[in-house]
Amino acid sequence: MIPLTYMMSLSAVIFAIGVAGVIIRRNILVMFMSIELMLNAVNLAFIAIGSRLGSMDGQVIVFFVMTVAAAEAAVGLGIIISIFRNRETVHADDLTLMRW
Amino acid sequence: MSPFNLAAINFVWLPILPLVVITVAAMVVLLAGVRVDDGESEGLGLLTLASLAVAFVFTLGILGQYGVAFAGAISIDSFSAFFDLVILIAAMFTVMMSLDYAAENRIPGAEYYSLLLFSVLGMMLMAAAGDLIVIFLGLETMSITVYVLAGIMRRNAKSNEAAIKYFLLGAFSTGFLLYGIALVYGATGTIKLGPIHDALASGAMGSNPLLLLGIGMMLIGFGFKVAAVPFHMWAPDVYEGAPTPVTAFMAVGVKLAAFAAFIRVFMVGFVSVGAQWQTVLWVVAALTMTGGNLIAVVQTNIKRMLAYSAIAHAGYLLLGMAAGVRSGPAILYYLLGYAFTNLGAFSVVIALERRGEVGNQISDFRGLAARQPLLAGAMAIFLLSLAGVPPLAGFVGKFYIFSEALHQGYVGLVIIAVLNSVISAYYYFYVLVAMYMQEGGVEVERLSARPALVAAIGLAALATILIGVYPQPYIASAANAFYSASGAAGVRSAALEP
Repeated sequence: MIPLTYMMSLSAVIFAIGVAGVIIRRNILVMFMSIELMLNAVNLAFIAIGSRLGSMDGQVIVFFVMTVAAAEAAVGLGIIISIFRNRETVHADDLTLMRW
Repeated sequence: MSPFNLAAINFVWLPILPLVVITVAAMVVLLAGVRVDDGESEGLGLLTLASLAVAFVFTLGILGQYGVAFAGAISIDSFSAFFDLVILIAAMFTVMMSLDYAAENRIPGAEYYSLLLFSVLGMMLMAAAGDLIVIFLGLETMSITVYVLAGIMRRNAKSNEAAIKYFLLGAFSTGFLLYGIALVYGATGTIKLGPIHDALASGAMGSNPLLLLGIGMMLIGFGFKVAAVPFHMWAPDVYEGAPTPVTAFMAVGVKLAAFAAFIRVFMVGFVSVGAQWQTVLWVVAALTMTGGNLIAVVQTNIKRMLAYSAIAHAGYLLLGMAAGVRSGPAILYYLLGYAFTNLGAFSVVIALERRGEVGNQISDFRGLAARQPLLAGAMAIFLLSLAGVPPLAGFVGKFYIFSEALHQGYVGLVIIAVLNSVISAYYYFYVLVAMYMQEGGVEVERLSARPALVAAIGLAALATILIGVYPQPYIASAANAFYSASGAAGVRSAALEP
């Protein structure tokens, strides 16, 4: 049986990659993909903990998270498209109408 | 027992009847609005207002009932009722502000009002959440709809920018909150708030790294939602770019719901390990008050200024949370006064605004007292209440929170808070000076043709005065609400000691 530590470490690493992606990358689509990566790292942690504890909660939560992530993707891509129509850019550095 | 036992169904559905009303209304508004022209959405707004009022009556109807539904996922108590009522009031004010604004700016009415109702659903779910996953679902129902509301003026570049900034940072913070939930689940073995409290009550887990990391992650997630420094950078841009009624809704509704969940998770669920997170909140509260107030001083846009002022007020509320369970009632009372005051202030901003652009500068308020003495008077009440001048709601709230924190020995933090109140007086009085002592500014048009907006301003002004002048019943119900949530977790007796 794979130790829980391994799975939690993998989840932590994936989460950290996602956080780094959001902070470092400037393309809104890539930032959004990194956020999805963070959510999937969380899913991994939930499944690992749920199976270790022998409780269904962890497994069920993953379905909720996936559903919410899908809704979020629909809304996020819609917003990105409306930005692209108005400004013809998907770069975070170009969105500087408002500062301070 | 038969699976179709009606009594059982009634028992389960009765506590969430207001939520059901809101859900059905949202769908009805969406369908009814299919053939409504964007410029004629007032009817949909009135339908929304009516359904919010029905939900309000139902919430009053289950007031005083306690219990859990759906195996502990929803907990109905005075705490949830208190927040539900204030959230519904905030939503009704938002609709009253929107009636004319939405039609004038050609905001698609069906989508606008139904999204508004869905986000109210998410907020009420957060206030009544009994486990962490319902908090997550409520938060997302609220947030995803508000992302869209912020960007609902599709052709307006500022509205677009507000939506994308809110979306990216909101989704980012959700990741942290969710990871925190996963770690707390791993440490305690449960996602229900009651069992989490019981698991932590022994004090043996105080130094469990999994738990501490989880609590830290959840602090980051909630910190983003309540716009605490250093997680505040989205707030000013989003508040400025979003349509003004949506800004008011975000400044009040979203903040109320976020604090409801924040308080329930931290001051009830994690109360036994308070020593660990209260120190962090101490620092965050000090940073939030100081950061918000200092940057607000240099703002020229009124919506931006009110955004930084909202950040500063979140700092005062975090001060209450850092000071521990004793100041719980004070936080709830403060939120009540804050809600009416901010709704009023944003209503006045809407009254001055034309076509979403003109009238948002502080310089546009010049000479308002000479042209519109009543409007300027109302704005003066809201600004004085925000600044904390007696006898208005803002003063009593601040006094109550600061004195409770002082009782708990948080002298340093209270000194920082009082100094911050002095700074905040500068930028609130700056607007007063512009209104009463300077010339120029913009004309206010067609105020008499906008009865709903005028009613919103008047009611908010009345409430701001009433809650401040005669605070006892509101303080009593705030205390009752707070202890009904924390009492279930066994903190009541300790907290009620003088």
